Amino acid sequence: MQDRPLQQAEFYQRDRRWHPPAYAKDYKTSVTRSPQFPLISLENTASEITGPTFGHNDLNPTDNDLLSNFAAAGQSPIGERIIVHGRVLDENARPVPETLVEIWQANASGRYRHKKDSYLGALDPNFGGCGRTMTNAEGYYYFRTVKPGAYPWRNWVNDWRPAHIHVSVFGTGFAQRLITQLYFEGDPLIARCPIVNTIPDPAAVDQLIARLDMNATIPLDTIAYKFDIVLRGRRSTLFENRLEGN
Amino acid sequence: MQQDLNYLKETPSQTAGPYVHIGLAPGAAGFQIYEQELGQEIAGPNAKGERIRVEGLVIDGTGSPVKDVLLEAWQANAAGIYAHREHPGETEEGFRGWGRVITDFETGEWGFDTIKPGPVMGRNGQMMAPHINLWIVARGINTGLNTRIYFDDEAAANAKDPVINLVEWERRRATLIAKRSDQEGQLLYRFDIRLQGEDETVFFDI
Ligand SMILES: [Fe+3]
Repeated sequence: MQDRPLQQAEFYQRDRRWHPPAYAKDYKTSVTRSPQFPLISLENTASEITGPTFGHNDLNPTDNDLLSNFAAAGQSPIGERIIVHGRVLDENARPVPETLVEIWQANASGRYRHKKDSYLGALDPNFGGCGRTMTNAEGYYYFRTVKPGAYPWRNWVNDWRPAHIHVSVFGTGFAQRLITQLYFEGDPLIARCPIVNTIPDPAAVDQLIARLDMNATIPLDTIAYKFDIVLRGRRSTLFENRLEGN
Repeated sequence: MQQDLNYLKETPSQTAGPYVHIGLAPGAAGFQIYEQELGQEIAGPNAKGERIRVEGLVIDGTGSPVKDVLLEAWQANAAGIYAHREHPGETEEGFRGWGRVITDFETGEWGFDTIKPGPVMGRNGQMMAPHINLWIVARGINTGLNTRIYFDDEAAANAKDPVINLVEWERRRATLIAKRSDQEGQLLYRFDIRLQGEDETVFFDI
């Protein structure tokens, strides 16, 4: 049994007013899936400060290329060819290196490759719709994909999801685990979306909107969007002793 | 003018949606794309300790099973060590301590095989009873929910566990405790999660 304490700094508290509340009546599915009791606030222990780690053995180098990772040889998916790139940082603006980033999305016609998606939009035989990668030593990541299409969904009678990519990130501790969605600059559906609008603060919504990045586009090939992801920061080692109550 | 603190804000969460499988468990979405899907094996064959299976349902506020959930488990090994460079101590080759499961599309049942974790040193030198950390995402869950699975055959350790004891309402503590049974030699723990309503599971802001 391990009796030496974990000498590790805690994560900053999550700002629950920046995140969407569990209950958001305009996103109807949340109504019966939202806990009604308050969350029990827990100071970090080893269980929250540690988290799974991944290595390059877990992935293939081409897993981040949605233009080719499902396409038949010599084929590519239909749609606007894009690069999505950026950095994973923490709230202290430090890069989070070697962390796993996973994405999934609809194809250019708004259709998901999922046995439960029956939308009219056509499946694209050359597009799977998922990718994964590890950030490098500077926290940088990139994917190649096609721009997803908007799609309708059952909430109110005429709701359309803005074009979006689902993003999953790990960080170094289980307390940093995060799933979010990336939207695209200029999309008029963003402001109308009940899922986007579960987030109360417009400045927080802005953080989910990827910016067109002409400097990173590849002329005559692929247009680029930049999307930085921020995970919870942690205290400096100055406070380590205080954590252990010395 | 006062100075700016210059902290960044954490990226806000959004629901994983109904098609989370495409990204995190594509085989379940109905297609093969990766050489290996992640999170299939929590405790490889070299991991010491008692082999167990944990199963349950996720139940919504109407009492219905939720059939599009993804759960991630994070646990220490039988000696109470997490497979993480910041945790002092060693873990066995092939013990990752992390797994990913989805609920069955028809029944809502989920389950994973692992080893029973040992007690883990907590804050201020207080021991935590054996537990598995769970993170739950689904359509309709706006920010992933965190809870812990404790074990009903650890009554003495549970009674002293500093996290269980943070739950002021004693009758709610039972929602954190999985029930053990022996199913023809297979050690099974049952852990149903209630998102809302009577006996709502305790969720943590970690
Ligand atoms: Fe979606």
